[in-house]
Amino acid sequence: MSEHKSTYEPKTGIEKWLDARLPIIRLGYDSFIDYPTPKNLNYWWTFGGILSLCLGIQIITGVILAMHYVASADLAFNSVERIMRDVNYGWLIRYTHANGASMFFFAVYIHMFRGLYYGSYKAPREVLWLLGCVIYFLMIATAFMGYVLPWGQMSYYGAVVITNLIGAIPVVGPSILTWLQGGFSVDQPTLNRFFSLHYLLPFVIAGVTVLHVWALHVTGQNNPTGVEIKSKEDTVPFTPYATIKDGLAMILFLVMFAVFVFFAPDALGHADNYVPANPLQTPNHIVPEWYMLPFYAILRAVPNKLAGVLLMFGAIAVIFALPWLDTSKVRSMRYRPVMRWFFVLFVITCVALGWCGAQLPTDMVFSMGEDAQGNPIGLSVVLLSQLLAAYYFAFFLIIMPWIGLKEDPLPLPASISEAVLAKH
Amino acid sequence: MSILTKSLKAVAGAALAVSLMAAPHVNAAENFKEPEAPKEGFSFEGPFGTFDQAQLQRGYKVYREVCSACHSMKLLSFRNLAQKDGPFYDPKYKNPNDNPIVKQIASEYDIPEIDPDTGDEATRKGTPSDRFVSPFKNDEAAKASNGGAIPPDLSVMAKAREGGARYIYSILTGFRAPPAGLTIADTQHYNPYVHGSLATQWKGDPHKVPLGGVLAMPPPLADGRVTFDDGRASTLSNEAADVAAFLEWASDPHAIERKQTGFAVIIYLLLMAGVTYIAYRKVWKGKH
Amino acid sequence: MGEYKDPNRRDFIYIAAGAGAAGAAAMAAIPLIGQMNPAADTLALASIEYDLSKVAEGQQVVVKWRGKPLFVRYRTPKEIKEAQDADWKTFRDPQPDSDRVKKGHEQYLILVGVCTHLGCVPNFGAGEYGGWFCPCHGSQYDTSGRIRQGPAPKNLEVPDYTFLSDTKIKVG
Repeated sequence: MSEHKSTYEPKTGIEKWLDARLPIIRLGYDSFIDYPTPKNLNYWWTFGGILSLCLGIQIITGVILAMHYVASADLAFNSVERIMRDVNYGWLIRYTHANGASMFFFAVYIHMFRGLYYGSYKAPREVLWLLGCVIYFLMIATAFMGYVLPWGQMSYYGAVVITNLIGAIPVVGPSILTWLQGGFSVDQPTLNRFFSLHYLLPFVIAGVTVLHVWALHVTGQNNPTGVEIKSKEDTVPFTPYATIKDGLAMILFLVMFAVFVFFAPDALGHADNYVPANPLQTPNHIVPEWYMLPFYAILRAVPNKLAGVLLMFGAIAVIFALPWLDTSKVRSMRYRPVMRWFFVLFVITCVALGWCGAQLPTDMVFSMGEDAQGNPIGLSVVLLSQLLAAYYFAFFLIIMPWIGLKEDPLPLPASISEAVLAKH
Repeated sequence: MSILTKSLKAVAGAALAVSLMAAPHVNAAENFKEPEAPKEGFSFEGPFGTFDQAQLQRGYKVYREVCSACHSMKLLSFRNLAQKDGPFYDPKYKNPNDNPIVKQIASEYDIPEIDPDTGDEATRKGTPSDRFVSPFKNDEAAKASNGGAIPPDLSVMAKAREGGARYIYSILTGFRAPPAGLTIADTQHYNPYVHGSLATQWKGDPHKVPLGGVLAMPPPLADGRVTFDDGRASTLSNEAADVAAFLEWASDPHAIERKQTGFAVIIYLLLMAGVTYIAYRKVWKGKH
Repeated sequence: MGEYKDPNRRDFIYIAAGAGAAGAAAMAAIPLIGQMNPAADTLALASIEYDLSKVAEGQQVVVKWRGKPLFVRYRTPKEIKEAQDADWKTFRDPQPDSDRVKKGHEQYLILVGVCTHLGCVPNFGAGEYGGWFCPCHGSQYDTSGRIRQGPAPKNLEVPDYTFLSDTKIKVG
């Protein structure tokens, strides 16, 4: 709001009275009514609004589920089933919450790829990007702990595997692991603390989201050209222009959401999670939820436990460093003819890593017969994961800095309104 | 395999084709036959599918006369049988606890209780609010009576296995004599639909390991095992289909309500989208 | 906003969009609020059967029903007479004893054991009227469970119950 002067004029006596004491209506008016929005924002920009909708849905349904859920190793599974069977509309609320997590991640990935493509992380929006990364990291933590709560087989072994990652830390790892689990295995204390934190973290996310939006409103929104707003000609007021567009996108998003909730509610889950947790027997095929699969593939790409864990956390950490890795002067990849293709390859890499994460590491992607000992030769999932992980890191650590220096960008439009006019 | 991993596969497949690496995916660890539906299909499949009440009643009979000898269904109460879309639902009795058929069924069971005067273990007649009676007192007893394998609880069985009702039907009808070359213990029963790996038990060509795996459960159903009250032929396939349908209902009793609500919600959202789109066009007119 | 030729149609579409959103919010509120009502399993446990032969004359047994105490009292002839002879028309919550028991089973008084003042459980046999005395704020009930003294506004509630046989009742 640095460059944008408040245009709010309190009309009634009450508004004037409140404005002199707590200018909250002014804040809302300046942020969501009169806020100047680049007029060329495309539909990829609607996912910010969609994400706040997702967070709202998750918090509301989550608070409700907590009214019925019992965080006890003996009762958790049955209490979830009671929600599904006996609680009024419980099936609707629980399926909305469970699928809502997937929808949330779907939207956040589009939001992040959009930021990546249009250079929304570049100066002066580094803090905005960092706050977004913090939100994403908190989302992963929240989703993971939430997935443990139904206390099915996947919940249980997901918790076992992820907490054991900590055990990879040299020297202090095992002690931290015991501290984290609250015992010598994943059990009642682990479930109880995960429930507590799963309830807490969404509100932390909401808090960081406020900072994220604050940072957004300080720098102003980026736009598909990556050229900053130069005059009033370049903008439209947030309401009604952005509100109606965001609203339309939200409704269409909800249609997709509803298709999952009502017609394929378990499609994104695993059958094994309808088997109560059994600490004595692991299911044959342990996989995390789809939104974690790329990181899981990176974890398994390395045969060394510590290296795998470091690489996996590194894959998230490197996203934080992005604003300082990109050397290009141009924001939007619309005007970066070379980088654009590396971006496409990067998206494919992430999807392919996700696919690898869902396979058994020893599976063959394609087979070229056998060697003399009868071992299959060809491209194994683990080898493919290694290649993809290598590109994942190369994209950030080599391609981003290097291409930015070498590339000849296309000519940028003088302003947003010029770019809009040129389109017609 | 969930839809998403399938679509991920599709997208990733396209990606691999771009990198000139397209090739069939070979799964080395698990080989099993894809589960099949009975010839007549399942009435509840698809977005418009509904449960066939007569089939649920027959399925309950199969469960009661055969499955319940070893398998518990701890999450179900007798009243569930009389709730909407259930096997004995009767619109005359809005409160499922009042349904006379279910009252009758419940009363045929003895429910353990503690005598309030003496503190001794006692039993009373079941009521609709009671849970299904488990065949064994505890897991240990279940294990001891079943050669060390606990028969799994069937309450959410159709959700707890990939393929749902189709998997249950296929397993129940899929028991075969083990192919020659497969070493199988007396307590094991070969079934090509089981998710497992038989590589270590297979003597023949390592490239031709038979599909499927083994179960501790012997084939529970056979032609003539359960007589249906409505005259349906008591073939193995019919019994398996009916009990699979019953277990699908038990796993997901609100499925029909869910799908019907879904249509209403999606139609409403699409109408809203249409109206909002018109409003959007009007707002943005001349601004693009 | 831009120029529009037909302000009425424009307004209509905005109103329709707004109404659609409001309708959606209202419908979403139904499950979000409805979920707090008693669940199906809670409702299923709402009725109990009780064998009255377990209660001795002059005594009461407290049974748990819907999470609340249920007083089952076997009244002595003296207590019944007191309850019937009292001048009930002058009471705060006037009700004859005959309305509070089943005909032919006058010796059995079945009450929800929750003080109508603020929900405490009254003590059996205490107070001036031989009925119950609430320890929280001193409400006194007679042998028919009617409020006679203290802050409670109503008589102790008689639940819906039926006699299945001479000695067996079903409550709820």
